[in-house]
This record gives sequence, structure tokens and C-alpha cells, in this order.
Amino acid sequence: MGKTLFEKIWEKHIVKTIDGGPSVLYIDKHFIHEVTSPQAFTGLNKRGIKVLRPQQVVATADHNVPTLNQHLPIKEEQGRLQVEALKINCAEHNIQLYGLGHPFQGIVHVIGPELGITQPGMTIVCGDSHTSTHGAFGAIAFGIGTSEVEMVFASQCLLQSKPKLMRINVDGVLNKGVVSKDIVLYILSKITASGATGYAVEFAGSAIRSLSMEARMTICNMSIEMGGRCGLIAPDDTTFHYIKGRQFAPQGTQWDKKVAEWKQLYSDDEATFDREIFIKAEDIEPMITYGTNPGMGIGVTEKIPTTETINENDKSGLSKSLAYMGLQQGVAIKGQKIDYVFIGSCTNSRIEDLRMVASFVKGKKKADDVEVWIVPGSKQVEAQAIEEGIDKIFAEAGFQLRQPGCSACLGMNEDKIPAGKYCISTSNRNFEGRQGAGARTLLASPLTAAAAAITGVVTDVRELLN
Amino acid sequence: MENIDTDQIIPARFLKATTKDGFGKNLFRDWRFINDDETKPKSDFPLNQSQYSGEILVAGKNFGCGSSREHAAWSILDAGFRIVVSSFFADIFKNNALNNGVVPVQVTDAFLQKIFQLDNKAELTVDLEKQTITIHSTGEQEYFDINSYKKTCLLNGYDDIDYLLSIKEDIQEFETQRG
Repeated sequence: MGKTLFEKIWEKHIVKTIDGGPSVLYIDKHFIHEVTSPQAFTGLNKRGIKVLRPQQVVATADHNVPTLNQHLPIKEEQGRLQVEALKINCAEHNIQLYGLGHPFQGIVHVIGPELGITQPGMTIVCGDSHTSTHGAFGAIAFGIGTSEVEMVFASQCLLQSKPKLMRINVDGVLNKGVVSKDIVLYILSKITASGATGYAVEFAGSAIRSLSMEARMTICNMSIEMGGRCGLIAPDDTTFHYIKGRQFAPQGTQWDKKVAEWKQLYSDDEATFDREIFIKAEDIEPMITYGTNPGMGIGVTEKIPTTETINENDKSGLSKSLAYMGLQQGVAIKGQKIDYVFIGSCTNSRIEDLRMVASFVKGKKKADDVEVWIVPGSKQVEAQAIEEGIDKIFAEAGFQLRQPGCSACLGMNEDKIPAGKYCISTSNRNFEGRQGAGARTLLASPLTAAAAAITGVVTDVRELLN
Repeated sequence: MENIDTDQIIPARFLKATTKDGFGKNLFRDWRFINDDETKPKSDFPLNQSQYSGEILVAGKNFGCGSSREHAAWSILDAGFRIVVSSFFADIFKNNALNNGVVPVQVTDAFLQKIFQLDNKAELTVDLEKQTITIHSTGEQEYFDINSYKKTCLLNGYDDIDYLLSIKEDIQEFETQRG
């Protein structure tokens, strides 16, 4: 019997299995940040032990950091204390930290791949649910809680039960104006925000194969929004080409050896999945969410569902959701007024996202009453954008290019959307209050967000494309 | 209520602490208070109603979806709950709860609806040893599933770190073999 991509990686990382219980899974890379690590370090200190394999841990400061004036001390005291605690803890435990001011600093799920730390066949964890992003390289990557961060610190292992396996196949050619964010929002709208809970999800099919690494990361990033334990895509030449030459990528003869290994990482023809889903790329149009979970999305030309037309999973929450959002059942979403545009987050803040937005807005101006924040995913993305002159295009359009961090995705720093205001956001969650208490989030692709920035309302980007 | 995400359980602005204590007062913060004002509790929210008390939190399906923040489990524990009952839990939340001695009890949709239909004086008992949940007034009972390893840990107060530290040699052996 054949094996799935997930099984091939999983089996290579099992140290042992407890009778009738979980397996001890060995972790290759552990990313940490300031918010979910302090209590884990405290736990280690209480036990009087050190991090077992500090060279397999990489740290950055991203959740709390300001996106303006990063050279100044963080004004907000508790946030500053967390960032300082990370610095102290990393120094004490000999962990590499790419903190504020470091040229590699950025959102943890942006810097791992861009530095070549994330590689196919690895097991990767981080105290952040969007760790699923790294699965785009053909790795088992998943978010963990702080107790589990402490476990990995202490033993480089975790106790894990093998999840069920799902494959989502997207075949065909994407329509004009449709990008990877639309694919994942479309899948979410079909299977709901709990459709993949308990599963590891492999994304496959010709439409997925045709995507760049940045675009693949966007899809795996949001596999947690379906409830998936992780998301993964088999590595191929696109993957190898992306990794080659990066800071921590294998070099020389080691490179050839690794690529040969990575080429074995795919689901065999005879492999079986517990559930399989087939989607036609042609059916997908630019997507947008109207509700308060990421599964509540529609095509931009569609109407907001009614109690009669909505899926079972979201039926009971529809009225509450729409009341929070200030929207009505059965009404078109296109034309809805927007106050803020946020282009950033571990979902869509990579150089390709910024290039896509820049090429669309070049020569255009934002609508007068809309505020537009572009928050690059990392210092390297920021530097690249400046080198390519993307910063000037944004400035001319009236967009603010800020400094790297998680920013308005979760509003832990000052970047909050005011109560009652509408924000079209390229991030991953439209939960109540996610972008600030009372903030109303509409999730969309960078292209759809950029279109709204120009018109001031929810827009079908295809009407503005040549 | 269904699909209660961890941003509702504990909003991100309360994640700035470096200890595990004191999160209970911010549990469901934005559902409990009008305009974030502690002097203005929302009267229609169950945790603000004095007739509800106890150590069992009952919620709709897909509880704990979203962020991996363990602060969600810490806030539930700190607010005095030891058990969360739902018909479906998000994976990461389930692990976080178990790692803090909060037991996620997954019941069928039908049983959950029965609980929701009870009056506000109804009492529930959860027996971890027998893996049962019982409605006192009607005697109705349901068996729930829990990983036997996790159950042993909960009943004996062990945690995963104790176990992982005890197999250090196996881990080193594994590292040596894979080179």
C-alpha cells in the first residue's frame, strides 16, 4: 500500500509510541515569539533545566511590535516587557533571536521560509496556530500551546496522536483576478471553519502546482481556519528553486543530497485519504467574507446568504454575525463602504503580495476617506520593496508603508481598527474584535483589498484589470 | 453558541502577561462588558447571571477554534472552570485544556441540546474515571471519549514533560541514528 506525503514525514519522526496512547514526535525546528513563550521559559526555570537543543530554536519579535518608529523603545509597557523577556530568555538559553532592529526580524511565518530555515520533510512547530504556513514546503508544521512549547524546549519532542488525512484537489486554471487567497477562502466557504478539524490537509491538483511558494504559503497558512491540524503541499521544482541560495539552505553537495531526499516526498498513487475533496479552479471568483468566521465567505458578486441559503454550520450564528458586522441578509456585498484597508499578516505580507498590489495601484490614488496600511512581513521584504521602488508607488497612491510585524491582524500593538469601522483585510481571521474591539473585518486577497482602497467600497477587482 | 473562537475566550489585548495567572477576569471579556467597562456588565450574558455557577462550562460546537493561545485555557481555569462540555472541540484548544487539567468533554449534538434545554438550576456531573456525564434531574447519561494516556495523566497529576524527560535516552538514541 502506498503512503501519503504526511505519513512519509510522520513516520520518520516517531521516536516511540505509547501503548494505547500518543506517539513521541521529534521536532526539527521550533520557532518562538514573545507572546506564547515567556511562561514556557518560566516552566523550564522552575524545573531547573535548559533548552535541550537551542540550535534548533529560532526566535523573533512580531506580535507586539509597533509598525512605526521601531528604532524607539516600545511605548506600551506590557508589550515592551514581553519583548524584553524574550531577549533575556533567548540569551539565557543560547537561542538565536532576530529581534527588533535585526535585518532578519519579521513575522515568524515569513522569516522561516525566507531565510531557508523551513525545508521539506521537516517537523516544525511554533506557539502560533498559523505555523501551518510552513507546510507549503512539504513539512509537517503546526501550532502548539505554551505547555507544548515548554515540552519542545525540554525534550525536542511532543506527544501527538496521528490525525486523519484529507486531500483537497484544486484542478484547472484560475480566472483573471483570482489568486491563492481566493482559493483558500473558497475552500473555507465550502467546507466551513470546522470542516478539517482532526485532519492533516494535503493540497494538491494542477491549480496548486501552478502556484508560487508565496501563494502556496497563503493556502497552507489558512488550513488552521478550516480547523486542520496542519496543511501541506508536496515539494517540487518551485519549492527547490525558492529555497536554493537562501541564508540557511543546504549548500554544495549537501544541496544535491537534500533535493534527492525531498523528491521522494509526495503521496503515492495508491495512498489513501480519509476524505478527499475536488474543486474546479474555474468555479472560483474573487472572494470576500461577510461574517465573523473565515468560513463565512462569498464570491464578490454574490449576495450575503440568508437563513434559508446558508450552510448548516453557520445557520445558528448568522443573525448574530450580521448584527455584529452591521450587514443584512440577502444583500449584495459589492459596494459596501470601507474605512480601512490592511495589507499584511502571515497570510499575505510577502514580497509577491506587495508586488501584486503595487502593480495594480501604480498610477492610481486611494479613495479620500479610506486609510490604507501596508505592513511588510519582514525587514527583508521591506528592504526588497524599497529596492524595487514599490515604496514610491505606495506613497503616490496614498498608502502607508509601515514596518514589519503582525500589526492589525490581531491588534496587539497600536494598529487597531476602531469600533464599528469596516476594514478589508488580507489577514486570516474575521472574528469579532479580532482587529480591535468592535472592528468589522472583511477578509480578501491583496488584489481585492487594493481595489477597495482605490474605490472606497467592496469592488470586483476584475472590473479594474486591463 | 457555536464556533466560539479563542479571540472571544480571551481577546489578544490581554495576552501581554508573562505569567499564567489572572486571566480569568478577562474571560469572554467583550461579551461580558459594554464598551469594555467592568462597571457595565451585559445582563444577557450567562456568566453575568447569578443563577449560573459551578465548574462546568457548556458551549456550542467547534469550541476553541482559531488561535493557539493557551491563555484561553488559562482564563477558563482561572475563572473556576474545570470542565468544558461541547459537541466538538478545536484540536489545539483541546490539547491546551488537557495540559492544564481542564477536561474537554465531547458529547453528541443531541445530548448538548438536552443540556441547553434544561432550566438554570439543573446540575451536571462529570465522572472522569468512568468517562460519563450525567444530567441530575433526568438521570440521562452519556459516555465520552478521552485518550487513555491523557486520562491517566489527569487522574494522577502527571504531565507530558515529566514523561518526555523520562525518555531522554530514547530521544538521544533517535537523534544519533538519524545522523
